Parts: sequence; C-alpha cells; structure tokens
Amino acid sequence: MTVAPAPTATAIKLDQEFPGDVTPDARKGYSGYIVKPDRLVEVATALRDRHGYDYCSSATAVDYLEQGQCEMVYHLYNTKTGGPAVVLKAQTPRENAVLPSLTPVWPGANFQEREAWDLYGIKFTGHPDLKRILMWEGFNGHPMRKDWKEAYFESDGKPFDSRWPGGQVHRAEETTPFGHNVVYPEGFTLEGWHEQADQAVYGSLPTGGTGVSAEGMRTDLVTVNLGPQHPSTHGVFRIVATLDGETIVKLEPVMGYLHRNHEKIGERNTFLQNIPFTDRLDYITSMSNNHGYVLAVEKLMGIKPPERAEYLRVMMVELTRIINHTWGIGFLLNDLGAFFTPALYMIKERELILDIFEATAGSRMMCNYMRFGGVARDITDDAFAAVKEIVYERLPRALDEIDAYLTHSEIVRSRSIGVGVLSAEDAIAYSVGGPVLRGSGVPYDVRKAEPYSLYDRFDFNVAVRYHGDIYDRYLVRLDEARESLKILRQVIEQMPGGEIQAGKPQYQARVPAGEAYGRVENPKGELGYYVISNGKPNPYRYHVRAPSFINLTPFGKMCEGHKIADVVGILGSIDIVLGEVDR
Amino acid sequence: MFGSGVIRGLGVVFKHFVDTYLDDLRWLGRRYYNPEALKVRQGPKAQGAFTVMYPEEKLTIPEEFRYLPFLVYEEKGQEKEYRCTSCGICAKVCPPQCIWIERSNDPKTGRPIPDPKNFYIDIDICMNCGLCAEFCPFDAIKMDHDYEIASYDRTTAHIFDKEKLGKPVSYYASIRPRNYAREEKARAEEEAKKAAKAAAKPAPAAKAAPAAEK
Repeated sequence: MTVAPAPTATAIKLDQEFPGDVTPDARKGYSGYIVKPDRLVEVATALRDRHGYDYCSSATAVDYLEQGQCEMVYHLYNTKTGGPAVVLKAQTPRENAVLPSLTPVWPGANFQEREAWDLYGIKFTGHPDLKRILMWEGFNGHPMRKDWKEAYFESDGKPFDSRWPGGQVHRAEETTPFGHNVVYPEGFTLEGWHEQADQAVYGSLPTGGTGVSAEGMRTDLVTVNLGPQHPSTHGVFRIVATLDGETIVKLEPVMGYLHRNHEKIGERNTFLQNIPFTDRLDYITSMSNNHGYVLAVEKLMGIKPPERAEYLRVMMVELTRIINHTWGIGFLLNDLGAFFTPALYMIKERELILDIFEATAGSRMMCNYMRFGGVARDITDDAFAAVKEIVYERLPRALDEIDAYLTHSEIVRSRSIGVGVLSAEDAIAYSVGGPVLRGSGVPYDVRKAEPYSLYDRFDFNVAVRYHGDIYDRYLVRLDEARESLKILRQVIEQMPGGEIQAGKPQYQARVPAGEAYGRVENPKGELGYYVISNGKPNPYRYHVRAPSFINLTPFGKMCEGHKIADVVGILGSIDIVLGEVDR
Repeated sequence: MFGSGVIRGLGVVFKHFVDTYLDDLRWLGRRYYNPEALKVRQGPKAQGAFTVMYPEEKLTIPEEFRYLPFLVYEEKGQEKEYRCTSCGICAKVCPPQCIWIERSNDPKTGRPIPDPKNFYIDIDICMNCGLCAEFCPFDAIKMDHDYEIASYDRTTAHIFDKEKLGKPVSYYASIRPRNYAREEKARAEEEAKKAAKAAAKPAPAAKAAPAAEK
C-alpha cells in the first residue's frame, strides 16, 4: 500500500472532507473530531487509506454520566511520517450504547474494544468476537461506569472523610466480610456458570475430527489449556489452544486473573496519588510508567520541569530500558529452555541499576520517583558516580557478553529463527509496539516519531530488524540496550546543575479541565495515559494504554502453525508483564 | 563449524564459574561476613557470585531507602514530645488511605490542639510510597529502614498505633544523617530569621511570646 507523502495532522481537515458528519471537538481543553457513529467506519477507512493513519494506538471509552453519553476515543498515528495523533471520538447514549466496531479497519482495536465492552458496556457491531476480556462471566455490570460502585466503596474520591480528624480505624475486611462482597447478574447461578464460562472461552475455537492421520487412524483436534498457573506465562495468564497433533490450529489468550481495575482506582485517587500506583503496572519498568503519567498531567497543567529534572528523568528511564531488555532476554532464554543461567547473569547487572534507584528514589522497584514538574529527589554524588561507572565500564561489557553468549548459539538460533513471524503490515495493523514492532521491520519509536522530554537532543538510532521472528526481537532488545547506553553517556556528559522541581511541590495538584494523552516509548512498547480532568482534585478519566496488553492482540496469529513448544518462546519474545496486561 | 556458537557461549559460563573461585581466592576465606568484601560484592566491580548470606549479613541500605512510616518524637526527659500536629496532610495525601488520625481537643475550650490523640497506620495497606514523609510540613513522619516486620497474627498485629509508630529524633538522625542535617539547618535558618525579625520589631515580638508558650 502506497501512501501519499507526509500529511501532517494539522493539514488534515476531516470536517471539510465530511461536512456535517465530522465536527471538531469544541469542548474546552479538548481536541480532535467528533464523528457521527454511522459514518465512523467510513471516516476511519479514509483516514487510514487516504492519509496513512495506519496505527490505532489507543481506543478507549469515557462515561459522561451527566450528559448521559458514552464516548469512544481513538488515538491514531501515522507510522511512516511520525508526528502527533489524529483523535476521533464517537458518542452514543449510555442506556443503549452501540457503536460500529473499528476492528475491521484496525485489527489492533480488537482487544481494546472488548475491554470497552467489558468495562463500559458499549456494544460494537461488526466486532468478530465481542465478549468480556478482563472480568468473568458472573460479573454484574460494567465496572468503569461512573454509577457502578465496588464492594469496598467509601466515597467517590480520596481523601476519605473517615481518616481525619475522627480517625476511627477499621480494617477493610471487617466492613466487607468474605462472601458478602459479590453481586451476580440476574439469572446467574453458580451451579451453571462453568458451562457459560466454557462456552465463552471455547466457543470461538474449532472442534471436530479433522486432526492428523497417524498410521491410518483418524484423530480429533484437542483443546489444551496452558495456565493460568504455569511458569512459562510469567504470571497468571491462560492460553487456550486447539491442537492438531502438536501443531497449533487456533490459539487464544485469556486474561484478567490479575485484574484489579487500576483505572477505577485511578479515578478515585487524586492526581498525585496515582504516581505510586503506576509503578505497579509493569513493575519491571516503574520509572518509565511514572514518566508517561507525569507527562500527561503536565500537558494538562501546562508546566515544564527544570532542565536537571528532565535529564534525571531520561537517565532513569534509559537505565530502566536496559533493565527491562536484559531481564526480557534472560527470561526469553528461560522460556526457550536455558533455565536461569542466562537470566541470572542478566539479573546480576540489573541489581546494580536497582541499587542506584534505591539510593535515589528510595525503592528498588516501586520507585515513585517523578512528580508533576520535576522529580522527587536529586541524585546523590555516590549514586551518580556509580551510574558513570556502570554506564562506561560495566554495562558495555555485560552486553557484549550476552552477545557472545547467545547470539551465535546454534540452539538459540534453531529455536528462534523463523518462529513466531509477524510481518511489518500485520505488526502495524495489530497496533503492537516496542521491540515487537521494530523486530518486524517498522522503524517506529515514539522517542523519534513524536519526541517528548529531551529526546530530540540526543543522538541515537532506532534499533530495527526485519524478519519479525523471535530471534530478531531478541536482537532488537540487545541493540536497543546499546542505544540506551549511548543516550546515557550523553546524559552524563551534559548533566546540568540546578533545581529539580518547578515551583513548590504541591500535594493537591491543580489540574485545569481538559484532556491529554501522554505517551512514552516504554521498553515494552508505546505506553500511553489518557487523562481527563474536570477541574476537581481527582481525574475524571484515567486510562492506561498498556503495551503488554495490546502486544498480545496478534499472539494467536503468531502461533498458528507452530508447535506447542514454540508458544512459550513466542510469548517470551513478546515480553509481557501481567501487572500491565490485566491492570 | 556447527556447534562453535554453543561452545563459545559455554566459554562465557565457564568464565563466570572461574570468576567466583578467583574472587574466593582473592579474599582468602573472608569473602563473606566481612563488611569490606560485602561493599565490593554490592558495587560495580563485583565479580563472581553476588550472594549475600542473609540474615547473618545484610545489604547496606542507602539513606533514601523507605519502608513503612514512623512518627518522630523529641525526647524531653521521660516525656515523648511528638512533632506531629495532627494537621492531616499525610492522611490526605496517602494513596491507599492507610493513615487514620484522631485529633484531640482541649478539655476546657473544646478546640482542637496540635497533638494527635492517636495515630494509626494499617501496615498491610501501606504501599511504602513515602508521600506522607515528603509532604509533612513538620518533619514529623518519616520513612523507616527496618524491613524485618514478620509477625504471628496479621489481624491484630498489623495496625500500628501512635506508641508503636513513635521513634526518637536520635534514631531518625542515625538512619538519615544527610536529610536530618539539611532539615536542621533549614530549621535553624528559619529560627534565625524569626529572631532577626523579632529583634528588628520589638513590639510585635512581645505579643508573639505568649502565643509561642501556648
């Protein structure tokens, strides 16, 4: 597909192309276009084919309780030219929320629309397999709707009144005893739910007697469950696969076992209180989770951190990238069968970086380091000296060692080359991000495509490989860790002095009304935060575009035709963290 | 040659294996239970196994390490004078809302006085984020370094009250010397400024004195 040369987002006038059906969003602090639902697919197709907006980064719903409307918000990007998003919105009444599905236009919207159905109750006509994705079949209602209150409900927003000045302490378990905090939907019985659940999971899989023929015997297709308790799934993740002998015919990921409704919690928190919660999404990369969120809120507040804070942020985020990639490679090797020797070599290097985080942010993994308009603490001289030493001395050698250890190993190569191939077109269509996207030959990196923070200042390359298999994803991670070292060397050389926080730190951030989408190149892919403020202390809408979650969209497709043993390797090469998949 | 990649890779494994023994030799049996060796093993020059023989030896904890809050009190003889004024900022900023503060009232006037009647933290809920310590305007709540808090009964032992949360200033100064020095310096400067102001304007200073006593 050829694309017309570089139309920038501002040059596109969708409202002139579709007069009457597309109107610019005129609400204060909002941007993008509101599209009439019946023209949505047409507008989306035009945007993709005529203007090259081939990447559906984020598709999420917002519940406007007062207006009685649900709204879908799509953030669309052009992977050829980079640049800012075109934002489409479609509105539908809350009571009977129906919208056309955009999955046929961007297959990457598949899981995100299922999530919108699950959490907001918006039905998508034309969706290939619309069913719950994070909650279970016996769940009553759609939890992200503003009028849905959870069992532990105390009030709409924090801080809770019971904490001060009365201070009547109670444990949460006492107010909602076990067994009394569940409500089932009408007509739901616990006796019969297994059939319902099985139907939901297995209903879309093929069955029947068309399996391999072994010495003249007719065999059946077999459906096999891997997980949710399985060491290769890196957490509680379930894979349901239909097998023909050992070959995958169809495979579907089942998730939500670690779901805690992070977004609902986030909408009760104040803006500041969300920062430590973002640490717990992808707990390997807490620094960059912080970064995306503070960028989104800073956009709303219209503030910029001082120079030194920006440098500290970039430094921490790039160290995080090295942690994530070494960890990811180590665990990929675990999945391929090299049990824990490579992983522990990587973890050794990671420990040294975590020591720096501990000395600066106070915690090894749950860093909670960034603040609106700055960072929490300055780095100590000792820690900065340690950064210098590991960046100049230790890590380059460690990465070379990984290279010597694994890259040419015949076992690694035969297990990974040509396995789990995802073509460049598919990678874009399925909205995957990070090393999975770049391993498929798409040189798209948010740090270059839409530079944030200081990334337009540094000299680095976008790591890209072209075969789209496990091996190339491994190589991309290794290349990217080396590019991160390059950025870190520039950061160390240029590190300015001065303040680390713009203005006085406020515990009650004043965030003007409006919407913002902050996105960063998280080590696992594009991490986006869609935040809406209505001027109150708590965000009205807080959505996380989780790269681990969306990277799983083409997982079934990548596995089809491969052996069951390769599934584990392919999953390892996507590099998911369940804290982020399930949120 | 097929297999040369594997052999080269195994060379890396062998190097790691040898490194551990070389490092043992270098320390001549003093690799463990030796603070000096531990420092090297934790640092960027570490070689061989990173193992720390917990609980006999423990990792050195950096000053900024945070684990559960505690309340700072000044030791006035036998009396504990808590710095906390029960202003409630920590309870308001706490992300999981694990802080409960009971404000005390003056028995005569019925008006609130800056000294909490009680102060609870549910440590099962605390997420160790450190925001309470960061935003406390009186340096009254700080993050601890003590991470060994196992207990036999979570239902009764895991709500810490004011008594259990209280730790003396000297303890705070010992775990966070740099922060303590910085805060004390800021406090001294503030006092000096106040004193200078008071000296410049003797009349309002006389007025301010009884207020300070109260």
